[in-house]
Amino acid sequence: MADLVWILMSAMVVNNFTLALFLGLCPFMGVSARVETALRMGGANIFVLIITSLCAWFLNAFILPYAPYLRLTSFIVVIASLVQIVEMVIKKVSPMLFRQLGIYLPLITTNCAILGLAIFQTNRGYGLLEGLSFAIGAGLGLTLALVLMASIRENTELADVPELAKGMALVLIIAGSLSLAFMGFAGLLSAT
Amino acid sequence: MKATTPNQDFLRGIWRENPVLIQMLGLCPALAVTNSVANSLAMGVATFFVLMGSSLLVSSFKRFVPHEVRISTYILIIATFVTIADMLLEAIVPVVHKALGAFVALIVVNCMILSRQEAFASKRPLGRSLLDAAGTGFGFIIALLMMGGVRELLGNGTLLGVNVLGANYEPWVIMVLPPGGFLTLGFLLLGLSWIEKKKAARAAVREWPDGVGQERKAA
Repeated sequence: MADLVWILMSAMVVNNFTLALFLGLCPFMGVSARVETALRMGGANIFVLIITSLCAWFLNAFILPYAPYLRLTSFIVVIASLVQIVEMVIKKVSPMLFRQLGIYLPLITTNCAILGLAIFQTNRGYGLLEGLSFAIGAGLGLTLALVLMASIRENTELADVPELAKGMALVLIIAGSLSLAFMGFAGLLSAT
Repeated sequence: MKATTPNQDFLRGIWRENPVLIQMLGLCPALAVTNSVANSLAMGVATFFVLMGSSLLVSSFKRFVPHEVRISTYILIIATFVTIADMLLEAIVPVVHKALGAFVALIVVNCMILSRQEAFASKRPLGRSLLDAAGTGFGFIIALLMMGGVRELLGNGTLLGVNVLGANYEPWVIMVLPPGGFLTLGFLLLGLSWIEKKKAARAAVREWPDGVGQERKAA
């Protein structure tokens, strides 16, 4: 149990996917202009990450021992198709939820955080439960980073920013400072 | 689509439409593995290989790929080349392969590669597609080397492992850690937009006949 909590905390803050491992930067730069959208994107991300973790576990446990060279190809194909199927199911079962997740679901599939999760999970040899807690931690971490970024960006809109720095340069420098702040968590787990 | 010369196809990707610095594509690898020049170079070359291979196949088979499933087909082709690159790196330079870790496999989801297939290789003849892929690939390598050079020099005082700044240099460790990646790219972009602004100002002055530009500048 303690192990699972450790994995979750580690993925969430210490090795934050966006700010420490640079995974999922596209949504981080793209949809972090509003807190509202950032939250939804985060929710959709957690959802897809959990599905991915299950898929990766299944492939690793039952199929890939027979064909290890297909790892990458099968991961991306299975994840992409499963997300598509889940999207159709949600659309039928709960149109409300579908509208909230919206276009983010299909977009997320090609996000490097998703494939990154599957590969890290494989490399570290996580089992089913460990993989799930890794996925939830990573998802919460992504959401945290997105929401933090979005709230800072909402404030910079009114700030007097030099003309040169407007746009991506400012976002990257803010991300650098956030990443710097998250490095402070590095001692969190070794201390306990 | 506008007609372009082969020269333009090649040169465009290198600087004016540089994938990382201008189009902001493929940021994950550009930030994650550029903590030393050697890693940047390995990542750049691996991506270059995948891009060339995918463009070659996509452009050759563009007639046979149904429009509805084109993206999935491209991804499959890219994944195949990434698997090859991954295995080659592991066999030839295991140390670098270990340093790059999962990021070699993550070339699959580098949006730069997919964007070249969708925007160029799937519509143009083979030769042009290869030129375009080579230009974009070189642009990517250049951007990665710029990042890697700055980060290794400031963070370690070395370039390609050779000590440049002398023994008295106190390493600016943060530059080789994750925040350094964000900061370096942020400041590179700042520098680029400053150069662009200077260039635009000079061009504006040049458009006026002699004398008038100077007056405007003085005013």
